[in-house]
Amino acid sequence: MHGIESRKKTYVEAVVDIDPDGRQRPLAIYWGDGRCFVVDRVLESRRAASMKVGGHGIRYTVEICGRTKHLWHSDDGRWYVEEIVPGNAGAL
Amino acid sequence: MPDRDVLHSDINCCYAQIECQARPELRGKPVVVGGDEEARHGIVLAKNLIAKRAGVKTAMALWEARKACPGLVVVPPDYRLYMDVSRRAREIYYDYTDRVEPFGPDEAWLDVTGTRRCLGLSPAEIAREVSERMVAELGISVSVGVSWNKIFAKFGSDYKKPDAVTVITRENYREVVWQAPVRDLLYVGPATERKLHSSGIDTIGQLACASDELLRNRLGKMGFVLRGFARGQDATEVKPYDRDAADVMREIKSYGNGLTAPRDICDPQSAKAYVWMLAESVAQRMREGRARARTVSVGARAADDLCTRSRQCKLPVATDVTLEVARAAWGLLRELEPLDASHPLRGIHVRASDLEPADADLQASLFDPLPRRTEMRELDASVDDLRRRYGNKCVVWGAQLVDEGAASVDAKADNTVHPVSFFHS
Repeated sequence: MHGIESRKKTYVEAVVDIDPDGRQRPLAIYWGDGRCFVVDRVLESRRAASMKVGGHGIRYTVEICGRTKHLWHSDDGRWYVEEIVPGNAGAL
Repeated sequence: MPDRDVLHSDINCCYAQIECQARPELRGKPVVVGGDEEARHGIVLAKNLIAKRAGVKTAMALWEARKACPGLVVVPPDYRLYMDVSRRAREIYYDYTDRVEPFGPDEAWLDVTGTRRCLGLSPAEIAREVSERMVAELGISVSVGVSWNKIFAKFGSDYKKPDAVTVITRENYREVVWQAPVRDLLYVGPATERKLHSSGIDTIGQLACASDELLRNRLGKMGFVLRGFARGQDATEVKPYDRDAADVMREIKSYGNGLTAPRDICDPQSAKAYVWMLAESVAQRMREGRARARTVSVGARAADDLCTRSRQCKLPVATDVTLEVARAAWGLLRELEPLDASHPLRGIHVRASDLEPADADLQASLFDPLPRRTEMRELDASVDDLRRRYGNKCVVWGAQLVDEGAASVDAKADNTVHPVSFFHS
């Protein structure tokens, strides 16, 4: 049985391309353990709130390693993700 | 003249909702945003729905709130976050109209009369879209009222909460608005409600049908204004918001600043420190607003009965000089109250009014009590410049240093300008 998972706000280091009009496009993010995840595609960007971990900003829907993920650029300039926190395996 | 389309948007339980959105661990718990108990600002500033249902009320002391609701979570206010969300909310409103009039950080009127032609959306559709975008983009819910005037639009946003749109039309207002208690009408507070009740008026509909004689006798001119509100006759415009001035475009009538001291004020030196600090904040804001004042007033709140007594004086010459405002305020306070331990003060307020433009011609007085006015103005300008660069606390008057509490407070930065009266033109 899957454990109950929750989410937590995790700030990440992001590599971003900024065009002459100031529009930003994330290219890659660095995880806390040093791993680099390249953003294959940006599917959408829009202003949105994160109800799972709180806060709001520009939400980028991106493809990383074939999976669709959300990456937030908050109004204070930081980038964050909704990191999955797995529950105890087999917990009811 | 065709009817206007006016919306009133109200962020439900504003501060508390913003905190719960930013911190998911608070959701599902009774939460209040509370002032600093140690600085004696320990009251409920905002509560969420769960706390409200448990009987917690805004402005209640925190100890009372905890008693009413065991398990209450109290979080300190984060005004920067609330102002940011308030600004973001206004940006959503601006997508539909340029005529947005904020009424505090959590409410705003929108005049969308011309929007139907531009966007092809009805006012109710705009209200629903605004409501959906607030949830999607900011994670907060609003109640929106739609009507042809500001009063009924505000009534509508209060009518159903949370997260609702209420439309008040010429066809339904008698059924929706007129059946409601008279207290639900904007600017009917407890005192007016009591006066109206003693005359047999308990609903908005009864107020709308009240005679001239009754209104004149019981409420004076205000009675006719309120009856006009009740009839949907309010024609006040939705005033546009000047984003550069961070204020609704209206004439400022006064500059005031007040505070509750962390410890009761029991001696003249401490009182003087606070008066100097408040007077300086008022004078600095006047200079930034390019205004001078002819009248200075002071209010003192007694620690024993919490009653406020005030006095004012007219200055011989209009001024924006800190020293002049401070001396006038200090003189008034000394006349008002004996400043000793037998008459402790809880709070002080300083206000400058009777304003004129700073560049208006000045009628000099032969008996000018401050002959070195030019030097004092230059001193003020230098201090203002230093504070702009290094912060408000980089330079303080010596009088302030006498009291530890006064020295630590930044009266200008901490000053909150509350919504100006609906009647302020």
